[in-house]
Amino acid sequence: MFGILTWDAIPFDQPIPLVAAALVMVVMAGIAVTVILRGWWPYLWREWITSVDHKRIGVMYGVLAFVMLIRGFIDALMMRSQLALAADGAPGYLPPEHYNQIFSAHGTIMIFFVAMPFMIGLMNFAVPLQLGIRDVAFPTLNSVSFWLSAAGALLLNVSLVVGEFAKTGWLAYPPLSELSFSPGVGVDYYLWSLQIAGVGSLLTGINFTTTILKLRAPGMGYARMPIFCWTALASNLLIVAAFPILTATYAMLLLDRYLGFHFFTNEAGGNAMMYVNLIWAWGHPEVYILILPAFGIFSEVIATFSGKPLFGYRSMIAATLSICMLSFVVWLHHFFTMGAGADVNAFFGIMTMIIAVPTGVKVFNWIFTLFGGRVRFTSPMLWALGFICTFVIGGMTGVLMAIPPADFVLHNSLFLVAHFHNVIIGGVLFGAFAGYTYWFPKAFGFTLDERLGKASFWCWLVGFYLAFMPLYLLGLMGATRRLQHYDVPGWQPLMIAAFAGALVILAGIGFTGAQLVVSIRTRERRRDRTGDPWHGRTLEWSTASPPPAWNYAVLPNVTQADAYWGMKRAGLTANNAAQDDWQAIALPRRTSVGVVLAFFATVMGFALVWHIWWLAVAGVIGLAATGVAHAWRTEHEEEIAADVIAESERARRRAAT
Amino acid sequence: MATPEDTSQDKAPGGAQRGRNGVLMYLAGLFFAVVLTLASFWAADAQSVWQPGIPVLLAALAIGQMGVHVVFFFHISSGPGDTNNFLALAFGIFVVGLVVFGSMLIMSNLNANMLPMDRLMEMQR
Repeated sequence: MFGILTWDAIPFDQPIPLVAAALVMVVMAGIAVTVILRGWWPYLWREWITSVDHKRIGVMYGVLAFVMLIRGFIDALMMRSQLALAADGAPGYLPPEHYNQIFSAHGTIMIFFVAMPFMIGLMNFAVPLQLGIRDVAFPTLNSVSFWLSAAGALLLNVSLVVGEFAKTGWLAYPPLSELSFSPGVGVDYYLWSLQIAGVGSLLTGINFTTTILKLRAPGMGYARMPIFCWTALASNLLIVAAFPILTATYAMLLLDRYLGFHFFTNEAGGNAMMYVNLIWAWGHPEVYILILPAFGIFSEVIATFSGKPLFGYRSMIAATLSICMLSFVVWLHHFFTMGAGADVNAFFGIMTMIIAVPTGVKVFNWIFTLFGGRVRFTSPMLWALGFICTFVIGGMTGVLMAIPPADFVLHNSLFLVAHFHNVIIGGVLFGAFAGYTYWFPKAFGFTLDERLGKASFWCWLVGFYLAFMPLYLLGLMGATRRLQHYDVPGWQPLMIAAFAGALVILAGIGFTGAQLVVSIRTRERRRDRTGDPWHGRTLEWSTASPPPAWNYAVLPNVTQADAYWGMKRAGLTANNAAQDDWQAIALPRRTSVGVVLAFFATVMGFALVWHIWWLAVAGVIGLAATGVAHAWRTEHEEEIAADVIAESERARRRAAT
Repeated sequence: MATPEDTSQDKAPGGAQRGRNGVLMYLAGLFFAVVLTLASFWAADAQSVWQPGIPVLLAALAIGQMGVHVVFFFHISSGPGDTNNFLALAFGIFVVGLVVFGSMLIMSNLNANMLPMDRLMEMQR
């Protein structure tokens, strides 16, 4: 009846996950009760859960990313505290099988459910506004993408209480992840949650590629698109090209585990190295999927707060697209040490060094944008400046490891761990926070508290250096990654320093939370009535904050790059440009198809993990039936009447003057 | 430039071909596809072809088949309204080619340099 699911699946003997799970459930129950008692449920359902508005979906992606950031960061604190304790024979407080789950969950969560949703959320929010259009190409598909990502995240979190998570590291290399060495359900949780979320990512990629190529405001040619749209385009092209590789690879591992295939096993002609090869053919483009939108955010932020057009706009586009191409010819540098010959290693090593060149072009472009500009040191700008310094260090350690002989010393050491945290925190995460602070007033109509934002930035910056510079040293001293304990007493001071760094980062996260609370409380003082709090350059600042559901009452007419800056220079703000003959606008109707599909996908994933076959079949039937039912829908759009739009526009003008 | 007024890029691939002309195009595509399919079945055990050349012939016929599908059914041409589709196809072929060729290169390299797994396990004992 319940497959292999029994009461043994719940870890009653392990206090840490049990207490954590109880806490999470109390919080969730508390939120649910509050929502129901206050009568917020209809509003939530109508305006958020079933919304197909790209801005709302973007915000929900952001919420998902923040929640998962906290989950992933707790894992990080546990690892750092364990390693601060477990020196020289001491066992620490986390048993090895638990510790292995923690580092696997940390990596999986941070990449797939923090970095990805954060970047996709910012793209969702900003790209259609920057392009001067009313929604993405496929609004319903957009909602489906988000809810599938959320379903994957939910399934992964269920593994905390029911059963276990993978103990294999975040990429689940076989043969360790094969049934013979990982007989538990951990790897199945990993595979199904990422398969479900991966479908969501792929749909996002298709959606945004189509949107950017096909839907732009009148006059917005490719050479007038904001740079963030360019980087989003490159990132989504990479999603479309790379995510199918991931899905196919996981599908093969699933066949191995469920149906006794031998793609990656040791016996019967399987080859585990093929998995390593394929997963990195996805994995290296993936890091550029994450970093390219961050580059775009920094470009927007630096241009805006320097009061200058971006230096080298066209070279920035060329650099973005060459990274997009080159990212597919470097993947072997992840396994230099695993048996490839000198010629293959030399080729991929050189390609890896070459991909640093367009990145260097970008760094110089940012520096020259700052040069001679009237720089305002707001918190988005601090994140951008912190990024330039930190990312250059991370990039240089990357180029160092691109040299195969050096990699033979550094492979799988803490030096590597420090390197990729250096680029992911210093690049992607700083970018996410810069974008969050930069676009928050556009999304909610009031600015975030600057002092707490700066406090958060300094904690993250100092905490990052304190946490990861010791790891570079430890890596050079021979410490490998994924250690649960170590015998060298000399490493302990550095491990304690790294733990202290993690605590400083914790303070940074605390300041971000406090910043949100304080800003909401004092929102009346910090209202953005003009829609242009930063003196911005691109179109999103030409509409109200928050923008109405239709974004633009009249689609803007673009005559140059930095379109809104040009309009302001010509005295043509949207306020006096538009006349009073408003027309009705058709918007896509809200739909519950996304959340229903996600429900059935979660049911299917959970049933497959626990071999509850009837429930899995029910889940698949539910998915298909939902799709068919949605296809029967005849009303796709609803019309916003002209006088509603007129009233909204008049209110905006009154507020702005 | 794709603007709302400019509809040249707004069509799905193949959207332009409708009516009699479109039907003729599909029929021509069907004809070529059937001919190429039959030719592959014939080639598979043809006696009149030099035996080692058969796989090459099959590959050539398969590539021709893909071309027929792309031109007659997907309607991807090198015309000016089709730039996005053409570039997307080129990017797709580029990536697939890289991954397939790269994997073959790397895996043969690994096979040449590493011991088979059972021998490796024996050495670790």
